[in-house]
Amino acid sequence: MTSTALSQFSIPFLMGSSLNVWSEALAGFNLFGLPLGLVILAAIPLVFIALYSLTYGVYGERKISAFMQDRLGPMEVGKWGILQTIADILKLLQKEDVVPTSADKFLFVVGPGILFVGSFLAYAVLPFSPAFIGASLNVGLFYAIGIVALEVVGILAAGWGSNNKWSLYGAVRSVAQIVSYEIPAAIALLCGAMMAGTLDMQKIIAIQSGSLGFAHFFLFQNPIAWLPFLIYFIASLAEVNRAPFDIPEAESELVAGYFTEYSGMKFAVIFLAEYGSMFMVSAIISIVFLGGWNSPLPNIGPIALNDLTNGPVWGAFWIIMKGFFFIFVQMWLRWTLPRLRVDQLMYLCWKVLTPFAFVSFVLTAIWEVYVP
Amino acid sequence: MSNPTYTVIFYLFAAITVFSAAFVVFTRNVIYSAFSLLFTFFGVAALYVFLSADFIAVTQVVVYVGGILVLLLFGVMFTNGIMQTGQKSEVFHIIPGTVLLVGIIGALLYTFYTSHGWMPSETTLQGSIVERIGFETMSRYVLPFEMVSILLLAALIGAAFLARFDKSEK
Repeated sequence: MTSTALSQFSIPFLMGSSLNVWSEALAGFNLFGLPLGLVILAAIPLVFIALYSLTYGVYGERKISAFMQDRLGPMEVGKWGILQTIADILKLLQKEDVVPTSADKFLFVVGPGILFVGSFLAYAVLPFSPAFIGASLNVGLFYAIGIVALEVVGILAAGWGSNNKWSLYGAVRSVAQIVSYEIPAAIALLCGAMMAGTLDMQKIIAIQSGSLGFAHFFLFQNPIAWLPFLIYFIASLAEVNRAPFDIPEAESELVAGYFTEYSGMKFAVIFLAEYGSMFMVSAIISIVFLGGWNSPLPNIGPIALNDLTNGPVWGAFWIIMKGFFFIFVQMWLRWTLPRLRVDQLMYLCWKVLTPFAFVSFVLTAIWEVYVP
Repeated sequence: MSNPTYTVIFYLFAAITVFSAAFVVFTRNVIYSAFSLLFTFFGVAALYVFLSADFIAVTQVVVYVGGILVLLLFGVMFTNGIMQTGQKSEVFHIIPGTVLLVGIIGALLYTFYTSHGWMPSETTLQGSIVERIGFETMSRYVLPFEMVSILLLAALIGAAFLARFDKSEK
Protein backbone atom coordinates (compact mmCIF):
# COMPACT_ATOMS: atom_id res chain seq x y z
CA MET A 1 0.00 0.00 0.00
CA THR A 2 2.73 2.40 1.00
CA SER A 3 4.95 1.61 -1.96
CA THR A 4 2.18 2.22 -4.51
CA ALA A 5 1.35 5.52 -2.89
CA LEU A 6 4.99 6.52 -3.03
CA SER A 7 5.32 5.57 -6.68
CA GLN A 8 2.28 7.73 -7.40
CA PHE A 9 4.08 10.45 -5.59
CA SER A 10 7.47 10.40 -7.21
CA ILE A 11 6.46 10.82 -10.85
CA PRO A 12 4.47 14.05 -10.71
CA PHE A 13 6.27 15.29 -7.65
CA LEU A 14 8.04 18.25 -9.18
CA MET A 15 7.08 18.07 -12.83
CA GLY A 16 3.30 17.59 -12.85
CA SER A 17 1.43 20.14 -14.88
CA SER A 18 -2.16 19.11 -14.14
CA LEU A 19 -3.94 20.60 -11.15
CA ASN A 20 -4.13 19.10 -7.65
CA VAL A 21 -1.70 16.20 -8.26
CA TRP A 22 -0.20 16.29 -4.79
CA SER A 23 -3.44 16.58 -2.88
CA GLU A 24 -5.13 13.86 -4.94
CA ALA A 25 -2.19 11.52 -4.40
CA LEU A 26 -2.38 12.27 -0.67
CA ALA A 27 -6.14 11.78 -0.50
CA GLY A 28 -5.77 8.30 -2.02
CA PHE A 29 -3.13 7.31 0.51
CA ASN A 30 -4.45 4.74 2.98
CA LEU A 31 -2.57 2.99 5.74
CA PHE A 32 -4.14 -0.25 7.09
CA GLY A 33 -7.45 0.82 5.54
CA LEU A 34 -7.44 4.11 7.45
CA PRO A 35 -7.59 7.35 5.43
CA LEU A 36 -4.27 8.61 6.76
CA GLY A 37 -3.69 10.73 3.67
CA LEU A 38 -6.77 12.84 4.40
CA VAL A 39 -5.43 13.54 7.88
CA ILE A 40 -2.05 14.58 6.49
CA LEU A 41 -3.84 16.76 3.93
CA ALA A 42 -5.61 18.60 6.73
CA ALA A 43 -2.47 18.76 8.87
CA ILE A 44 -0.33 20.55 6.28
CA PRO A 45 -2.16 23.93 6.54
CA LEU A 46 -2.22 23.53 10.33
CA VAL A 47 1.56 23.10 10.47
CA PHE A 48 1.89 26.01 8.08
CA ILE A 49 -0.21 28.31 10.32
CA ALA A 50 1.80 27.30 13.39
CA LEU A 51 5.18 27.80 11.72
CA TYR A 52 4.31 31.06 10.04
CA SER A 53 2.70 32.64 13.09
CA LEU A 54 5.66 31.70 15.27
CA THR A 55 8.28 33.06 12.89
CA TYR A 56 6.77 35.79 10.77
CA GLY A 57 3.67 36.50 12.84
CA VAL A 58 5.11 37.02 16.29
CA TYR A 59 8.82 37.68 15.77
CA GLY A 60 8.37 39.46 12.42
CA GLU A 61 5.65 41.72 13.72
CA ARG A 62 7.78 42.70 16.72
CA LYS A 63 10.79 43.46 14.59
CA ILE A 64 8.79 45.31 11.93
CA SER A 65 6.99 47.43 14.50
CA ALA A 66 10.29 48.11 16.24
CA PHE A 67 12.04 49.25 13.05
CA MET A 68 9.07 51.45 12.14
CA GLN A 69 9.34 53.16 15.51
CA ASP A 70 13.13 53.40 15.37
CA ARG A 71 13.63 50.79 18.07
CA LEU A 72 15.54 47.51 18.03
CA GLY A 73 12.79 45.15 19.20
CA PRO A 74 13.67 41.88 20.95
CA MET A 75 17.47 41.60 21.19
CA GLU A 76 18.23 39.58 24.32
CA VAL A 77 17.31 35.95 23.56
CA GLY A 78 19.69 34.63 20.92
CA LYS A 79 21.32 36.62 18.16
CA TRP A 80 18.97 39.53 17.21
CA GLY A 81 16.44 37.98 19.57
CA ILE A 82 15.49 35.19 17.17
CA LEU A 83 14.81 32.77 20.02
CA GLN A 84 12.39 35.23 21.68
CA THR A 85 9.31 33.47 20.26
CA ILE A 86 10.46 30.10 21.61
CA ALA A 87 10.96 31.67 25.04
CA ASP A 88 7.45 33.14 24.82
CA ILE A 89 5.93 29.80 23.87
CA LEU A 90 7.71 28.08 26.76
CA LYS A 91 6.33 30.74 29.08
CA LEU A 92 2.79 30.32 27.73
CA LEU A 93 3.01 26.52 28.07
CA GLN A 94 4.11 26.72 31.71
CA LYS A 95 1.45 29.22 32.72
CA GLU A 96 -1.36 28.09 34.97
CA ASP A 97 -4.57 27.57 33.06
CA VAL A 98 -6.79 30.06 34.85
CA VAL A 99 -10.56 29.84 34.50
CA PRO A 100 -12.30 32.67 36.40
CA THR A 101 -14.68 31.43 39.13
CA SER A 102 -17.69 33.30 37.84
CA ALA A 103 -17.04 32.50 34.19
CA ASP A 104 -19.25 30.16 32.22
CA LYS A 105 -16.75 27.27 32.32
CA PHE A 106 -17.95 25.44 29.25
CA LEU A 107 -18.18 28.42 26.90
CA PHE A 108 -14.94 29.85 28.26
CA VAL A 109 -13.08 26.67 27.37
CA VAL A 110 -14.85 26.03 24.07
CA GLY A 111 -14.66 29.62 22.75
CA PRO A 112 -11.01 29.68 21.62
CA GLY A 113 -11.49 26.26 20.02
CA ILE A 114 -14.46 27.38 17.92
CA LEU A 115 -12.55 30.53 17.01
CA PHE A 116 -9.55 28.58 15.76
CA VAL A 117 -11.66 26.04 13.88
CA GLY A 118 -13.48 28.93 12.20
CA SER A 119 -10.28 30.48 10.97
CA PHE A 120 -8.77 27.11 10.02
CA LEU A 121 -11.79 25.81 8.05
CA ALA A 122 -11.23 28.35 5.28
CA TYR A 123 -7.82 26.77 4.61
CA ALA A 124 -9.67 23.80 3.14
CA VAL A 125 -10.23 25.77 -0.06
CA LEU A 126 -6.99 27.77 -0.21
CA PRO A 127 -4.82 26.44 -3.03
CA PHE A 128 -1.26 26.43 -1.72
CA SER A 129 0.15 25.44 -5.09
CA PRO A 130 -1.20 24.31 -8.47
CA ALA A 131 -0.75 20.78 -7.16
CA PHE A 132 -2.12 21.25 -3.65
CA ILE A 133 -5.54 22.27 -2.36
CA GLY A 134 -7.44 20.83 0.59
CA ALA A 135 -10.76 20.50 -1.23
CA SER A 136 -11.31 21.70 -4.76
CA LEU A 137 -14.92 22.77 -4.28
CA ASN A 138 -16.87 24.40 -7.06
CA VAL A 139 -18.19 26.84 -4.45
CA GLY A 140 -14.73 27.52 -2.97
CA LEU A 141 -14.82 31.31 -2.81
CA PHE A 142 -18.38 31.37 -1.44
CA TYR A 143 -17.35 28.84 1.20
CA ALA A 144 -14.32 30.93 2.20
CA ILE A 145 -16.54 34.00 2.67
CA GLY A 146 -19.24 32.12 4.52
CA ILE A 147 -17.19 30.05 6.94
CA VAL A 148 -16.05 33.22 8.75
CA ALA A 149 -19.45 32.99 10.48
CA LEU A 150 -18.07 30.27 12.73
CA GLU A 151 -15.35 32.61 13.94
CA VAL A 152 -18.06 35.10 14.91
CA VAL A 153 -19.76 32.49 17.08
CA GLY A 154 -16.41 31.63 18.68
CA ILE A 155 -15.80 35.27 19.57
CA LEU A 156 -19.27 35.53 21.10
CA ALA A 157 -18.69 32.34 23.11
CA ALA A 158 -15.36 33.65 24.42
CA GLY A 159 -16.75 37.08 25.21
CA TRP A 160 -19.88 35.86 26.94
CA GLY A 161 -18.17 32.98 28.69
CA SER A 162 -15.62 35.28 30.34
CA ASN A 163 -18.43 36.98 32.28
CA ASN A 164 -16.59 40.28 32.11
CA LYS A 165 -17.98 43.57 30.83
CA TRP A 166 -14.90 44.36 28.76
CA SER A 167 -14.98 40.94 27.18
CA LEU A 168 -18.65 41.22 26.31
CA TYR A 169 -18.21 44.71 24.87
CA GLY A 170 -15.22 43.54 22.86
CA ALA A 171 -17.11 40.52 21.56
CA VAL A 172 -20.17 42.55 20.59
CA ARG A 173 -18.04 45.19 18.85
CA SER A 174 -16.04 42.57 17.05
CA VAL A 175 -19.09 40.70 15.84
CA ALA A 176 -20.89 43.86 14.73
CA GLN A 177 -17.76 44.80 12.80
CA ILE A 178 -17.23 41.41 11.16
CA VAL A 179 -20.88 41.01 10.20
CA SER A 180 -21.08 44.53 8.69
CA TYR A 181 -17.82 44.35 6.76
CA GLU A 182 -18.72 40.97 5.29
CA ILE A 183 -21.08 42.79 2.92
CA PRO A 184 -18.59 45.07 1.09
CA ALA A 185 -16.00 42.27 1.23
CA ALA A 186 -18.36 39.77 -0.39
CA ILE A 187 -19.47 42.21 -3.10
CA ALA A 188 -15.85 43.11 -3.87
CA LEU A 189 -14.94 39.44 -4.20
CA LEU A 190 -18.00 38.96 -6.39
CA CYS A 191 -16.38 41.35 -8.89
CA GLY A 192 -13.41 39.00 -9.06
CA ALA A 193 -15.71 35.99 -9.36
CA MET A 194 -17.54 37.74 -12.20
CA MET A 195 -14.30 38.29 -14.09
CA ALA A 196 -13.38 34.64 -13.61
CA GLY A 197 -16.86 33.25 -14.26
CA THR A 198 -16.39 30.60 -11.57
CA LEU A 199 -16.20 30.22 -7.80
CA ASP A 200 -13.62 27.43 -7.89
CA MET A 201 -10.38 28.78 -6.41
CA GLN A 202 -8.10 26.75 -8.69
CA LYS A 203 -10.02 27.84 -11.80
CA ILE A 204 -9.97 31.50 -10.71
CA ILE A 205 -6.19 31.26 -10.54
CA ALA A 206 -5.79 29.20 -13.70
CA ILE A 207 -7.65 31.89 -15.70
CA GLN A 208 -5.08 34.44 -14.54
CA SER A 209 -2.04 32.56 -15.85
CA GLY A 210 -0.28 33.49 -19.05
CA SER A 211 3.09 34.29 -20.54
CA LEU A 212 2.83 38.00 -19.69
CA GLY A 213 2.95 37.30 -15.96
CA PHE A 214 1.40 40.05 -13.88
CA ALA A 215 -0.49 41.53 -16.85
CA HIS A 216 -2.89 38.58 -16.70
CA PHE A 217 -3.84 39.23 -13.08
CA PHE A 218 -7.39 40.48 -12.58
CA LEU A 219 -6.11 43.65 -10.96
CA PHE A 220 -4.59 44.67 -14.30
CA GLN A 221 -7.24 43.12 -16.56
CA ASN A 222 -9.93 45.69 -15.94
CA PRO A 223 -9.72 49.46 -15.38
CA ILE A 224 -12.09 49.30 -12.38
CA ALA A 225 -10.53 46.30 -10.65
CA TRP A 226 -8.46 48.44 -8.29
CA LEU A 227 -11.70 49.59 -6.61
CA PRO A 228 -12.95 46.15 -5.46
CA PHE A 229 -9.32 45.30 -4.64
CA LEU A 230 -9.03 48.28 -2.29
CA ILE A 231 -12.50 47.72 -0.84
CA TYR A 232 -11.74 44.08 -0.10
CA PHE A 233 -8.41 44.98 1.45
CA ILE A 234 -9.99 47.56 3.79
CA ALA A 235 -12.88 45.27 4.65
CA SER A 236 -10.53 42.37 5.30
CA LEU A 237 -8.60 44.50 7.80
CA ALA A 238 -11.87 44.97 9.66
CA GLU A 239 -12.75 41.29 9.41
CA VAL A 240 -9.53 40.20 11.11
CA ASN A 241 -9.72 43.00 13.72
CA ARG A 242 -6.48 44.61 12.62
CA ALA A 243 -5.66 48.29 13.04
CA PRO A 244 -7.13 50.79 12.20
CA PHE A 245 -10.17 48.61 12.94
CA ASP A 246 -8.90 47.04 16.16
CA ILE A 247 -11.63 48.57 18.30
CA PRO A 248 -12.76 45.14 19.62
CA GLU A 249 -9.46 44.83 21.47
CA ALA A 250 -8.76 48.54 21.91
CA GLU A 251 -6.12 48.43 24.64
CA SER A 252 -6.83 51.93 25.88
CA GLU A 253 -10.56 51.36 26.34
CA LEU A 254 -11.28 47.66 26.74
CA VAL A 255 -8.05 46.18 28.20
CA ALA A 256 -7.93 43.45 25.52
CA GLY A 257 -11.52 43.03 24.39
CA TYR A 258 -12.96 39.55 24.16
CA PHE A 259 -9.77 37.79 25.30
CA THR A 260 -9.17 39.88 28.44
CA GLU A 261 -9.62 36.88 30.75
CA TYR A 262 -7.57 34.42 28.74
CA SER A 263 -4.06 33.36 29.62
CA GLY A 264 -1.65 30.54 28.86
CA MET A 265 -2.44 28.17 26.02
CA LYS A 266 -5.98 29.46 25.46
CA PHE A 267 -4.51 32.88 24.77
CA ALA A 268 -2.02 31.25 22.39
CA VAL A 269 -4.87 29.51 20.54
CA ILE A 270 -6.73 32.82 20.13
CA PHE A 271 -3.60 34.39 18.72
CA LEU A 272 -3.02 31.46 16.40
CA ALA A 273 -6.58 31.93 15.12
CA GLU A 274 -5.92 35.62 14.55
CA TYR A 275 -2.74 34.96 12.58
CA GLY A 276 -4.53 32.18 10.73
CA SER A 277 -7.27 34.53 9.52
CA MET A 278 -4.68 37.20 8.66
CA PHE A 279 -3.02 34.84 6.21
CA MET A 280 -6.42 33.59 5.02
CA VAL A 281 -7.65 37.04 3.92
CA SER A 282 -4.24 37.87 2.45
CA ALA A 283 -4.29 34.64 0.44
CA ILE A 284 -7.86 35.29 -0.75
CA ILE A 285 -7.03 38.81 -1.97
CA SER A 286 -3.95 37.51 -3.79
CA ILE A 287 -5.95 34.64 -5.31
CA VAL A 288 -8.83 36.76 -6.56
CA PHE A 289 -6.92 39.84 -7.71
CA LEU A 290 -3.25 38.94 -7.95
CA GLY A 291 -3.13 35.56 -9.60
CA GLY A 292 -2.57 33.29 -6.60
CA TRP A 293 0.22 30.85 -7.42
CA ASN A 294 1.00 32.42 -10.81
CA SER A 295 4.39 33.98 -11.24
CA PRO A 296 4.23 37.76 -11.72
CA LEU A 297 7.34 37.71 -13.93
CA PRO A 298 6.66 38.07 -17.68
CA ASN A 299 8.40 36.29 -20.54
CA ILE A 300 10.73 38.87 -22.04
CA GLY A 301 11.55 37.74 -25.55
CA PRO A 302 13.85 34.71 -25.39
CA ILE A 303 14.20 34.95 -21.60
CA ALA A 304 11.21 32.86 -20.53
CA LEU A 305 11.07 34.10 -16.94
CA ASN A 306 7.41 33.22 -16.57
CA ASP A 307 7.86 29.61 -17.72
CA LEU A 308 10.90 29.22 -15.48
CA THR A 309 9.16 30.48 -12.36
CA ASN A 310 5.91 28.52 -12.66
CA GLY A 311 5.17 25.05 -11.39
CA PRO A 312 4.00 23.36 -8.20
CA VAL A 313 6.93 24.38 -5.99
CA TRP A 314 7.25 27.88 -7.41
CA GLY A 315 3.46 28.20 -7.07
CA ALA A 316 3.66 27.52 -3.35
CA PHE A 317 6.46 30.08 -3.11
CA TRP A 318 4.47 32.76 -4.96
CA ILE A 319 1.20 32.37 -3.10
CA ILE A 320 2.91 32.35 0.29
CA MET A 321 5.02 35.39 -0.66
CA LYS A 322 1.95 37.27 -1.88
CA GLY A 323 0.16 36.42 1.35
CA PHE A 324 3.17 37.55 3.39
CA PHE A 325 3.32 40.80 1.46
CA PHE A 326 -0.27 41.64 2.43
CA ILE A 327 0.42 40.65 6.02
CA PHE A 328 3.36 43.05 5.93
CA VAL A 329 1.03 45.80 4.70
CA GLN A 330 -1.37 44.95 7.55
CA MET A 331 1.47 45.30 10.06
CA TRP A 332 2.67 48.49 8.42
CA LEU A 333 -0.82 50.02 8.69
CA ARG A 334 -1.10 48.92 12.30
CA TRP A 335 1.91 50.99 13.27
CA THR A 336 0.93 53.94 11.08
CA LEU A 337 -2.77 54.66 11.47
CA PRO A 338 -4.75 55.59 14.59
CA ARG A 339 -7.80 53.57 15.61
CA LEU A 340 -11.26 54.49 14.32
CA ARG A 341 -14.19 55.27 16.60
CA VAL A 342 -17.16 52.88 16.58
CA ASP A 343 -19.44 55.31 14.75
CA GLN A 344 -16.71 56.11 12.19
CA LEU A 345 -16.31 52.39 11.65
CA MET A 346 -19.99 51.94 10.83
CA TYR A 347 -20.03 55.10 8.71
CA LEU A 348 -17.11 53.82 6.64
CA CYS A 349 -18.74 50.44 6.14
CA TRP A 350 -22.30 51.39 5.28
CA LYS A 351 -21.95 54.80 3.66
CA VAL A 352 -18.59 54.56 1.91
CA LEU A 353 -17.50 50.98 1.24
CA THR A 354 -20.88 49.39 0.49
CA PRO A 355 -22.03 51.98 -2.12
CA PHE A 356 -18.62 51.94 -3.80
CA ALA A 357 -18.67 48.15 -3.78
CA PHE A 358 -22.01 48.25 -5.62
CA VAL A 359 -20.63 50.82 -8.09
CA SER A 360 -17.62 48.63 -8.80
CA PHE A 361 -19.93 45.62 -9.13
CA VAL A 362 -22.06 47.32 -11.79
CA LEU A 363 -19.03 48.73 -13.63
CA THR A 364 -17.31 45.35 -13.65
CA ALA A 365 -20.49 43.75 -14.99
CA ILE A 366 -20.69 46.37 -17.78
CA TRP A 367 -17.01 45.85 -18.60
CA GLU A 368 -17.38 42.07 -18.70
CA VAL A 369 -20.47 42.19 -20.91
CA TYR A 370 -19.60 44.96 -23.37
CA VAL A 371 -15.82 44.88 -23.64
CA PRO A 372 -14.59 41.77 -25.44
CA MET B 1 -20.66 6.13 -1.21
CA SER B 2 -20.06 2.54 -0.15
CA ASN B 3 -16.69 3.57 1.25
CA PRO B 4 -16.76 2.82 5.02
CA THR B 5 -15.11 6.17 5.77
CA TYR B 6 -18.01 8.02 4.19
CA THR B 7 -20.51 5.91 6.10
CA VAL B 8 -18.78 6.62 9.40
CA ILE B 9 -18.64 10.35 8.66
CA PHE B 10 -22.29 10.36 7.62
CA TYR B 11 -23.45 8.74 10.86
CA LEU B 12 -21.18 11.06 12.83
CA PHE B 13 -22.83 14.14 11.32
CA ALA B 14 -26.31 12.64 11.63
CA ALA B 15 -25.65 12.01 15.33
CA ILE B 16 -24.30 15.53 15.82
CA THR B 17 -27.41 16.99 14.18
CA VAL B 18 -29.90 14.94 16.18
CA PHE B 19 -28.19 15.24 19.58
CA SER B 20 -27.50 18.95 19.32
CA ALA B 21 -31.09 19.56 18.20
CA ALA B 22 -32.28 17.61 21.23
CA PHE B 23 -29.95 19.65 23.43
CA VAL B 24 -31.41 22.90 22.02
CA VAL B 25 -34.83 21.80 23.20
CA PHE B 26 -33.99 20.20 26.54
CA THR B 27 -31.35 22.47 28.07
CA ARG B 28 -32.44 25.01 30.65
CA ASN B 29 -29.81 27.58 29.71
CA VAL B 30 -30.79 29.88 26.80
CA ILE B 31 -27.19 30.58 25.83
CA TYR B 32 -26.37 26.87 25.63
CA SER B 33 -29.46 26.40 23.51
CA ALA B 34 -28.27 29.04 21.07
CA PHE B 35 -24.72 27.66 20.89
CA SER B 36 -26.01 24.14 20.45
CA LEU B 37 -28.01 25.35 17.48
CA LEU B 38 -24.64 26.04 15.81
CA PHE B 39 -23.87 22.32 15.74
CA THR B 40 -27.35 21.54 14.41
CA PHE B 41 -26.87 23.97 11.52
CA PHE B 42 -23.44 22.58 10.73
CA GLY B 43 -24.72 19.03 10.89
CA VAL B 44 -27.51 19.86 8.46
CA ALA B 45 -24.99 21.57 6.17
CA ALA B 46 -22.87 18.42 6.24
CA LEU B 47 -25.90 16.31 5.33
CA TYR B 48 -26.48 18.61 2.35
CA VAL B 49 -22.90 17.92 1.28
CA PHE B 50 -23.69 14.20 1.36
CA LEU B 51 -26.56 14.93 -1.02
CA SER B 52 -24.02 16.61 -3.40
CA ALA B 53 -25.70 19.97 -2.77
CA ASP B 54 -22.55 21.94 -1.93
CA PHE B 55 -24.07 25.28 -2.80
CA ILE B 56 -27.05 24.78 -0.50
CA ALA B 57 -24.71 23.58 2.25
CA VAL B 58 -22.61 26.75 2.08
CA THR B 59 -25.74 28.89 1.82
CA GLN B 60 -27.05 27.13 4.92
CA VAL B 61 -23.91 28.12 6.82
CA VAL B 62 -23.96 31.71 5.52
CA VAL B 63 -27.65 32.33 6.20
CA TYR B 64 -28.28 30.33 9.35
CA VAL B 65 -24.95 30.53 11.16
CA GLY B 66 -23.78 33.91 9.87
CA GLY B 67 -27.17 35.59 9.99
CA ILE B 68 -29.81 34.00 12.14
CA LEU B 69 -27.65 32.44 14.86
CA VAL B 70 -25.62 35.63 15.35
CA LEU B 71 -28.85 37.65 15.56
CA LEU B 72 -30.19 35.17 18.10
CA LEU B 73 -27.04 35.36 20.22
CA PHE B 74 -27.10 39.16 20.05
CA GLY B 75 -30.71 39.16 21.19
CA VAL B 76 -29.93 36.84 24.09
CA MET B 77 -26.85 38.78 25.16
CA PHE B 78 -28.55 42.16 25.09
CA THR B 79 -31.61 41.02 27.03
CA ASN B 80 -31.32 41.99 30.64
CA GLY B 81 -31.66 39.20 33.20
CA ILE B 82 -32.21 36.51 30.60
CA MET B 83 -30.52 33.91 32.80
CA GLN B 84 -33.02 34.51 35.59
CA THR B 85 -36.17 34.26 33.51
CA GLY B 86 -37.98 30.95 33.68
CA GLN B 87 -38.45 29.27 30.35
CA LYS B 88 -41.36 27.09 31.27
CA SER B 89 -44.64 28.34 29.92
CA GLU B 90 -47.52 28.52 32.36
CA VAL B 91 -49.98 27.35 29.76
CA PHE B 92 -49.95 23.61 29.13
CA HIS B 93 -51.96 21.72 26.57
CA ILE B 94 -50.88 18.16 27.13
CA ILE B 95 -53.65 16.37 25.26
CA PRO B 96 -53.73 18.50 22.04
CA GLY B 97 -49.93 18.59 22.09
CA THR B 98 -49.62 14.82 22.30
CA VAL B 99 -52.25 14.32 19.59
CA LEU B 100 -50.39 16.74 17.31
CA LEU B 101 -47.03 15.05 18.00
CA VAL B 102 -48.35 11.55 17.33
CA GLY B 103 -50.16 12.78 14.21
CA ILE B 104 -47.07 14.43 12.74
CA ILE B 105 -44.79 11.47 13.52
CA GLY B 106 -47.38 9.09 12.08
CA ALA B 107 -47.75 11.13 8.89
CA LEU B 108 -43.99 11.38 8.43
CA LEU B 109 -43.44 7.66 9.01
CA TYR B 110 -46.35 6.78 6.71
CA THR B 111 -44.89 8.93 3.91
CA PHE B 112 -41.46 7.46 4.54
CA TYR B 113 -42.61 3.85 4.37
CA THR B 114 -45.01 4.21 1.46
CA SER B 115 -42.73 6.26 -0.82
CA HIS B 116 -39.25 5.21 0.19
CA GLY B 117 -38.11 4.53 -3.35
CA TRP B 118 -35.98 7.50 -4.32
CA MET B 119 -36.77 8.96 -7.72
CA PRO B 120 -33.60 9.80 -9.63
CA SER B 121 -33.90 12.78 -11.93
CA GLU B 122 -34.24 12.09 -15.65
CA THR B 123 -31.49 14.54 -16.55
CA THR B 124 -28.12 14.13 -14.92
CA LEU B 125 -26.26 17.12 -13.60
CA GLN B 126 -23.61 18.38 -15.95
CA GLY B 127 -20.84 20.78 -15.08
CA SER B 128 -20.79 23.01 -12.04
CA ILE B 129 -23.86 23.13 -9.83
CA VAL B 130 -23.34 26.86 -9.23
CA GLU B 131 -23.72 27.75 -12.90
CA ARG B 132 -26.89 25.66 -13.13
CA ILE B 133 -28.39 27.44 -10.10
CA GLY B 134 -27.42 30.82 -11.58
CA PHE B 135 -29.05 30.06 -14.93
CA GLU B 136 -32.22 28.73 -13.32
CA THR B 137 -32.51 31.73 -10.98
CA MET B 138 -32.11 34.16 -13.83
CA SER B 139 -34.42 32.37 -16.27
CA ARG B 140 -37.13 30.08 -14.98
CA TYR B 141 -37.33 31.41 -11.44
CA VAL B 142 -36.67 35.09 -12.15
CA LEU B 143 -40.12 36.22 -10.95
CA PRO B 144 -39.92 34.55 -7.48
CA PHE B 145 -36.34 35.80 -7.23
CA GLU B 146 -37.38 39.41 -7.88
CA MET B 147 -40.37 39.09 -5.55
CA VAL B 148 -38.10 37.90 -2.75
CA SER B 149 -35.69 40.76 -3.35
CA ILE B 150 -38.53 43.30 -3.19
CA LEU B 151 -39.77 41.69 0.04
CA LEU B 152 -36.28 41.87 1.55
CA LEU B 153 -35.85 45.47 0.43
CA ALA B 154 -39.17 46.38 2.07
CA ALA B 155 -38.07 44.62 5.27
CA LEU B 156 -34.75 46.47 5.20
CA ILE B 157 -36.41 49.87 4.74
CA GLY B 158 -38.92 49.04 7.47
CA ALA B 159 -36.14 48.05 9.87
CA ALA B 160 -34.18 51.22 9.10
CA PHE B 161 -37.35 53.28 9.66
CA LEU B 162 -38.09 51.64 13.01
CA ALA B 163 -34.51 51.98 14.24
CA ARG B 164 -34.19 55.59 13.12
CA PHE B 165 -33.38 58.22 15.69
CA ASP B 166 -36.60 60.15 16.20
CA LYS B 167 -35.93 63.86 16.49
CA SER B 168 -39.41 64.85 17.67
CA GLU B 169 -39.19 62.69 20.80
CA LYS B 170 -36.06 64.33 22.11
